[in-house]
Amino acid sequence: MVKKYLSKIYMGIIFIFLYAPIIVLAVFSFNESKSRGNWTGFSLKWYVELFQDHDIRSAFYYTISIALISAVIATILGTIAAIGINSMNGRMKSVMLNVNYLPVVNPDIVTGISLMILYISFNIDFGFKTMLLSHIVFNTPYVILSILPKLKQLDVNMTEAAMDLGATPMYALRKVIIPEIKPGIVTGFLMAFTLSVDDFIISYFTKGEGVTNLSIVIYSMARRGVRPTINALSTIMLTFVLLLMILINKRSNGVEKAKLKRKEVFKK
Amino acid sequence: MKRKLILAAAIFIFILVATTGCSTEEKETLNVLNYDIYIDKDLISEFEKANNVTIKYDTYSTPEEMYIKAKAGASNYDLIISSEYMIERMINEGMVNKLNFDNIPNYQYIGDDFKNQPYDPNNEYAVPYFWGTLGILYNKTTVDASSDSWAMLWDENHSQRIIMMDSQRDSFGAALKLLGYSMNTVNEKELDEAKELLLKQKPLVMAYITDGAPDIMINEEADMALVWSGEAVSAMSENENLDFVIPKEGSNIWIDAMFVPSTTKNQPLAEKFIDFLCTKEATLRNIDEVWYSTVHTEAIKEVDEELLNNSAFNIPKEDVAKMEMFRDPKEFIELYSSRWTEIMAQK
Repeated sequence: MVKKYLSKIYMGIIFIFLYAPIIVLAVFSFNESKSRGNWTGFSLKWYVELFQDHDIRSAFYYTISIALISAVIATILGTIAAIGINSMNGRMKSVMLNVNYLPVVNPDIVTGISLMILYISFNIDFGFKTMLLSHIVFNTPYVILSILPKLKQLDVNMTEAAMDLGATPMYALRKVIIPEIKPGIVTGFLMAFTLSVDDFIISYFTKGEGVTNLSIVIYSMARRGVRPTINALSTIMLTFVLLLMILINKRSNGVEKAKLKRKEVFKK
Repeated sequence: MKRKLILAAAIFIFILVATTGCSTEEKETLNVLNYDIYIDKDLISEFEKANNVTIKYDTYSTPEEMYIKAKAGASNYDLIISSEYMIERMINEGMVNKLNFDNIPNYQYIGDDFKNQPYDPNNEYAVPYFWGTLGILYNKTTVDASSDSWAMLWDENHSQRIIMMDSQRDSFGAALKLLGYSMNTVNEKELDEAKELLLKQKPLVMAYITDGAPDIMINEEADMALVWSGEAVSAMSENENLDFVIPKEGSNIWIDAMFVPSTTKNQPLAEKFIDFLCTKEATLRNIDEVWYSTVHTEAIKEVDEELLNNSAFNIPKEDVAKMEMFRDPKEFIELYSSRWTEIMAQK
């Protein structure tokens, strides 16, 4: 009995530790005063200000569009690359895996500066496209890494069986491989998306005039103290992500149930 | 298959929207880089409309950050607003264009105190924008400020109620001034004395922080804090018990100024924008937004009474005369850093 309570308390502490900062941030987005420590009354004025702030709006637009486009492209590139790497053998495979690890363990600052120098030496104008390219560059290895384990689990005989039954390689890829590794692809996509939204250093070095993302805008506020509009923005983004998570959870629950049902039908 | 089509369509639309978002019609563009919350943003759109140009406005947080990108050739700004020590460095490295002051008639309104400063001794490269100083923000109800001295920060009656800056130049500056030395000293003996003084102060200090001291003062969790004047202005407007003092031994002065980097493609337009920001109307509106002290001789006459009576905004001339600008100590910065590390490491 005591043990049960202890474990519950322990869980509670962990959750408070994880979520207290976010809750405080959300609560203070409704604070009337600019101060971060004083509660002076409920108000929605920071939300109003947020929607009137042109800089934050444009940064939000660039953040989301770069995150979406780079995540989609990185997912496509990463899926193809992962399938390729998985079908390799021996030395070549380990070489390829290490080449893929390199950008992951490489510090962001090194990636950022080297990309900046690369663009300068090729005389590419800094702007939306350089930032997008850089995000694709650092996103792709993560997608590959999240898909590879799924491919390892995949029974090699499945593809062969499909082709044996008359499927073309492309058809087998679409109907057998992709559906089997789909959880990996989805994880990879979500990871790429969040990494892109999160990124500051690489974006900073590869951005151009007039193109900034949210992390850069928030960071440049640090000099004069972060405005509560950022609390408001974070709260909105948090709600958005929360809804997305609930949606995904519900959907995957649905899929699980459908699978179970199918199995039951087979048994009969 | 259908899903893929939707995906492809989504990508296509996004790329379309994104590229049209960037390529505006053939208007003249001006790329401006500034600190955050350092301009009334409506001024930008008004200037755009009045002159039929596009301004790409970006913000940054530290001068070092801005310098790295500019030095590498990865930025194409036409106008940058930054701090005097970084402008000095960039002038020395040939990264700043000389201004054509015929295009900036409103330069006449810039106060003489802010001209001929060491970073630009002949007034050729930069136009001052705002300025500020270092001082003590204190709580009137608990602190006796009659001594008007940096020694206030060493008062044992306020043990554990004093906030210092986590910044070596600023904290050393206060100690050096109290000892009667220059804030830019490179004399090791003087620095050692300052170090001893700061070590003696350490048990009294509640925290060393750079950002957030005003919040703590507003909540009256501390009695005194070493802060920049602009931080003091906003803190004082939130809590009436707070006041600001610039000690009689003298303090530091910093100036943020506008300059045209050598990467510019449209210097005349940049100069026009500088001139626009130097008008009285624009300055008054920027003061409302920024709350740092103004360099404009006409605008200062028309600010609100409340702001005019704020000792951290309207700084007396005799105080300004005693102020000293931080100079780039070049390799001597090591003397400061090593001692600061020792102070921070002391238990």
